[in-house]
Amino acid sequence: MNLNNMMQLDFLSKSSNEGFARVAVAAFAAQLDPTLEEIGDVKTAVSEAVTNAIVHAYPNAIGRIRIRARLYEDNLLEIVVRDWGTGIADVEQARQPLFTTGGEERSGMGFTIMESFMDALRVRSQVGKGTTVTMKRRIAVRGGELR
Amino acid sequence: MKMIAKRTERSLTLYLSGELDHHAAKDAMAEIDRNLDAALPLRTELELSQLTFMDSSGIAVVLRLYKRMQNLGGSLRLTHVPAQALRVLRTAGIDRIVTIEEGEKKS
Repeated sequence: MNLNNMMQLDFLSKSSNEGFARVAVAAFAAQLDPTLEEIGDVKTAVSEAVTNAIVHAYPNAIGRIRIRARLYEDNLLEIVVRDWGTGIADVEQARQPLFTTGGEERSGMGFTIMESFMDALRVRSQVGKGTTVTMKRRIAVRGGELR
Repeated sequence: MKMIAKRTERSLTLYLSGELDHHAAKDAMAEIDRNLDAALPLRTELELSQLTFMDSSGIAVVLRLYKRMQNLGGSLRLTHVPAQALRVLRTAGIDRIVTIEEGEKKS
């Protein structure tokens, strides 16, 4: 697969960075000429992954979160959200709808939304080492119209 | 996130604008609680025409509001729900328990 472009972003796990992170990825993905719905899906999925890292990876501390976004041929967008926090003991369980350890402020729907809004989702985690969430989404190629 | 409340009799309309994510959810919940405590409404409308973004944090906010309205013996309606928020709400199945009216606001 040919890599056409990539970007990397490191930021602190502060909730005020949630908006910044999803807008930055959306701006990078804009070069694929996505529809409003496609860009909305990508922003939502990034928001979920980053919020998970802020809430669960660094529950009582401020840590580092890294986003890498890559554009491959055929309009394929890959987004990797990585942290070096607590890790998830049981990834299968964490991915179940409505499962949460985050209290009443959380809905337990984060992974379900990432799964349904993106084409592919992979979660790798090691307790004490951190979590890596990899999401892929193919942006439809819209051609044939004069602009 | 910004919230404006309008009250008539036992009806409450909450106009929510901006972005409803985890960062904004705590304030949104506190503000909703304050307004419900003051109005004790039988009908609450959450008006979302100016909402620019919502993620799963919004689901928790809506569910909490729904439960509080149930405890008050009242009803909850979500109106003018934008497409992105609607997709999030539907993915969580919220449209099966709360009345949702989608679409742009008519001026």
